[in-house]
Amino acid sequence: MTLTFEDFKPGHFGTFGPRHITRDEIVAYAREYDPQPMHLDEDAASASMLKGLAGSGWHMCSLMMRMIYDGFLHKTASMGSPGVDQMRWLAPFRPGDDLTLDVEVIEARASQSRPTLGIVKFKFSTRNAKGQTISEMITPIMVGRREAAAGN
Amino acid sequence: MRYLEDIQIGMRRELGSFTFTAESIKAFAEQFDPQPFHLDEEAGRTSLFGGLAASGWHVASMCMKLLVADGQRAKAEAEARGEEPPVGGPSPGFRDLRWVRPVLAGDTLTYSSEVVSVRATATRPGWGILQSKNVAVNQRGEEVYSFLGSVFLPQRGGAA
Repeated sequence: MTLTFEDFKPGHFGTFGPRHITRDEIVAYAREYDPQPMHLDEDAASASMLKGLAGSGWHMCSLMMRMIYDGFLHKTASMGSPGVDQMRWLAPFRPGDDLTLDVEVIEARASQSRPTLGIVKFKFSTRNAKGQTISEMITPIMVGRREAAAGN
Repeated sequence: MRYLEDIQIGMRRELGSFTFTAESIKAFAEQFDPQPFHLDEEAGRTSLFGGLAASGWHVASMCMKLLVADGQRAKAEAEARGEEPPVGGPSPGFRDLRWVRPVLAGDTLTYSSEVVSVRATATRPGWGILQSKNVAVNQRGEEVYSFLGSVFLPQRGGAA
């Protein structure tokens, strides 16, 4: 059963995870996309404002995308996203963390220009096992409407 | 990386270019964003994107890669002038990220970064926040991606 625009109502939508984070994946992402010392090396990271090896904020974004996909987007009539209103990196994420994703629908509105889809604005938050909020992202996703999805 | 006092609004740096091959698009998508239009040519063609499209987070990750490489170039330039460049701080986040147009297999993006604002922070003495607008254009000169990024920078003689 594919989730369509009509399935997203303002309020809490779901909680997904936990996703276990390894040192290897933090370092692998950093080597490829964000090779700053605080994402690569324990000693350099200890001397930084992050006070210990921590993942790249852009790795956090990419991991959130995967958690969103695994949580519900894989069974949603997703048509992509025009962007991200705001991303806040509130605390570092670290090797060994178990991250949970909380999903809230802020608003859902039909598209004026495209009758086959609606725009669902989400707030996605991640927290670690201690309950500390790691990141918050506010982003719209375009989702197909039920009649349009049934017509495919 | 520079000190806060050395930054002026409007300062701009060219970050370089990257070509998004079908192979690289699929490799990133398999790991982080396995939606069909990022993995399969046919699914891409029938989507709003009109072709195999890079994940927006792939476009964003490449921007970070080029920003870091540019920072390393700037550091080397400063050292060549006999200066000792400061170590920058982390970023508190970003705003207004826009995936303006799809990035399709074969597209080449050219990224740049321009200073939008700079201010001292009340919460972290000795540091300030630099805000930059980072933009990517494709091989036709069309803007495809932008965001307002923030990063902590030390003040000269100020940060511990």
